Amino acid sequence: MDISFKAILIQGMLGLNNGAFYAMLSLGLAVIFGLLNIVNFAHGAFYMLGAFAALIGLTQLGGWIGMPDLQINFWWALLLAPLFVGLLGVLVDRTMLKRLAGLDHLYGLLLTFGIALVLQGLFTNYYNTAGTPYPGKPEMLDGVVNLGFMFFPKYRLFALVFSLLVCLLTWYLIERTKLGAILRAGTENPDLVQALGINVPLLITLTYGFGVGLAALAGVLAAPIYSVSPLMGAELIIVVFAVVVIGGMGSIMGAIVTGLGLGMIEGITKVVYPPASSTVVFIIMAIVLLVRPAGLFGRE
Amino acid sequence: MSNKTIALAVAAALLAGTAHAQGISGDVVKIGIMNGASGPYAAISGKGSVVAAQMAVEDFGGKVLGKPVQILSADHQNKPDIGSAVAREWIDREGVDMIADMDTSSVALAVQRLATDKGVLTINTGAGSTALTNEQCTPLGIHYAYDTYALAVGIADPVIRAGGDKWFYITADYAFGHSLEENASNVVKATGGKNVGAVRHPFPNNDFSSYLLQAQGSGANVIALANAGQDTTNTIKQAGEFGIGRGEQQLVGLLVFISEVKSLGLQTAQGLKFTDSWYWDMNDETREFTKRFMQRHNAAPTSDQAAVYSAVTQYLKAVEAAGTDQGKAVRAQLGKMTFNDMYHKNAKLRTDGRVVHDMYLTEVKSPKEAKREWDLVKVIDTIPAEKAFIPLSESKCPLVKKSS
Repeated sequence: MDISFKAILIQGMLGLNNGAFYAMLSLGLAVIFGLLNIVNFAHGAFYMLGAFAALIGLTQLGGWIGMPDLQINFWWALLLAPLFVGLLGVLVDRTMLKRLAGLDHLYGLLLTFGIALVLQGLFTNYYNTAGTPYPGKPEMLDGVVNLGFMFFPKYRLFALVFSLLVCLLTWYLIERTKLGAILRAGTENPDLVQALGINVPLLITLTYGFGVGLAALAGVLAAPIYSVSPLMGAELIIVVFAVVVIGGMGSIMGAIVTGLGLGMIEGITKVVYPPASSTVVFIIMAIVLLVRPAGLFGRE
Repeated sequence: MSNKTIALAVAAALLAGTAHAQGISGDVVKIGIMNGASGPYAAISGKGSVVAAQMAVEDFGGKVLGKPVQILSADHQNKPDIGSAVAREWIDREGVDMIADMDTSSVALAVQRLATDKGVLTINTGAGSTALTNEQCTPLGIHYAYDTYALAVGIADPVIRAGGDKWFYITADYAFGHSLEENASNVVKATGGKNVGAVRHPFPNNDFSSYLLQAQGSGANVIALANAGQDTTNTIKQAGEFGIGRGEQQLVGLLVFISEVKSLGLQTAQGLKFTDSWYWDMNDETREFTKRFMQRHNAAPTSDQAAVYSAVTQYLKAVEAAGTDQGKAVRAQLGKMTFNDMYHKNAKLRTDGRVVHDMYLTEVKSPKEAKREWDLVKVIDTIPAEKAFIPLSESKCPLVKKSS
C-alpha cells in the first residue's frame, strides 16, 4: 500500500468538513429523539427545505411577491431560513406529531418518513434532482486558504468552523443552562415538571422546532458547497441516523464527536480502501451495537 | 353455399387479414421519447428532445401513409427499472412503435433489450456505451448519434500530442462511465500515453472534492472526466474551487454538450476541447433548424436533441418506404438508406446497429471571441466516419459474426 501521509491528511480534512454536517444534523436528531422520543425521519427533508429556503429567498422570492429587487442574501438566509423552517416544524408538531404522543416509536417513524417523501416529491416536481447551484456564496469567502498540506476553499473552512460553533453552543445550552435543565427534566418526567408549573407541551413543540431549525441551518450552509437538490436530504439522512446510533441516541456531545469522527474516518477510508468508503459507517455501527448497544456516549 | 365457395371465401378473408397486418398498427404511429428529464442530463435531452421530435413530425407533414403520428414522452429518472416499466407500458398498452433518445446507458441497455424482444425499434441518440452495439447489440436496436469510442478517439489524440500523456480518470460508477473509461484508456495506450489511475464516483453525485484531490496527488497531467451533464459541470466547478486543473494538470471532459458549456460560462470553460456529433452554428441548414427550435425552447439545441429530430425524420421516411410500422421491416428499410439531413450527411446504418457519420473536435471560445449569447464553441477538426467508430470487423456484436 503506497498511501502518502499527505493524502490521508487531505482526505481527513475533507472528511472533517462532511463530519461537521453530520454533527449538526445528528445533533438536531439527537435533541429530538432524546427529548421527544420521536425518530424524526423527516430530518433530511427539513435540511433540504433550509437549502431551498436560501435558494428561493435569493433567486425567486422577489419575483413571486412582486418585489423584483428583493434578494435575501446568504447572511440573512443563515438567520431567516432556520426560523422559517423551524416554524414549519412547529406546525408539523402541533398538527400531526402531537397525535402520536405516547404511542409506539414506529408511528412517529412512519409519519415523519411519509412527510419526508411528500416534501421530496413536491420539490422534485419543480426542481432538478441533480441540483441547482446556489449563486449567493459571499464574495469575501471566495478563494482558498493555504493549510500547508493542501489548498482549502475559504467557504468550506467557514462552514466547518461555523457548524462547530453552533454545535458547541447547542451543547452548552442543553447541558449547562437552566433552560436546558428544564428540557431534560421535562422528558424524564413530564408529569412532575408540568406539576411544577412548566408548560411541557409547549416546551416539546419548541424543541422540535429548534431541532428542525438546526437541520435547516445545515442546509443553508450546505447550499454553496453541494448545490440544492430535492434529494440532498435523503442521501445524508441514513448516515446521520447511523451517527446518532453510534454516538448514543440521547447524547448531545456523543452526536457531535461521533459526527466529526465518522466524517474523518469516511474520508480516510476513501484513500485507504475506496470500495468500503460508503459502508464503513454502517460497519462501525454494527460493531458498536454488538459491543455497546447504548452507543459510545449513551447513558442507558 | 358449396364447400368450394366457402373455401374460397375463407381464403379471401385470410388474405384480407394478412394484407391489413402489413399496414400501420393501431392506425396511428406512436413514437415515445424517453429521457432523464429531472436529473443530471435534463439540459442535454429533457424537454428539448420532445420539442425536436414534434418538429420532425410537423416537418414531415404530421402523417405517414395516411395515418397520424403521435409523440409520447416520459421521464425515466436515470433508473433502468423505471425506464423498463415505462417501455413495457408504452409497448403493451399504448402500442408505441418506436422509442427514441434514452439518455443514460444503463436505461438504454435495458430498454433496447426489452423493446427488441417485443418487436419494437429503439433509436438511441442519448446514451453512449459501446455495449449497445457490441456485447449487448440487438436486431432492432439502433445507436444513432455518438458513442464512448468516438468520444475517446476524438479527444485523446490532440491532447496527447500536445503533451498530456499521463491520464487519471474520474468515472461515473455505472455502465456509461465504465464504457467511457475503458474506451479512453485503450485509445490512450494505443496513442502512446499512460493510464496512471482512476477513481469511481456514485452516479449522480454532488461533491467531487475527494476525487479531485486524489487526482491531484496522482502524478497525472491529464484529469479525464468520464462522466456527463451536471456531474461534469460540478466536477469542473469544484476543481476551480480547489485550484485544480490550472498549470501542470489539465481537465479534459470526455463527454460535453453545449448545455454544460453554457452552465459553466465561457470564463471557466474557455479552451476546453471535446468531441461532438453536431453543432448548431456549423452551416446554414443547422442555423435554420436552430432558429425554429429556439422559438419553441429557450436554449440552443444540443447534438442529442438535433439527433432526435433526425432520427424521427428518418424513421418516418423508412415507415413510408416500407409501407408498414412493423419493427423488423422498418429496420431492414433503414439499413438500406443513406441518411442526409441537417444533422448528418452520407450516414449509414450497419448490421450491428451503429450509425456511422463524421464527428467533430470542438473547442470552447474565450469570452472575447464569442459574439452572441449561444456563440460558445468553434469546430477545429473533423474526424471522418471510418475513423470515428469501431470498425465492423472488430465489433463484438454476435449479429455481425453470423453474417460474415
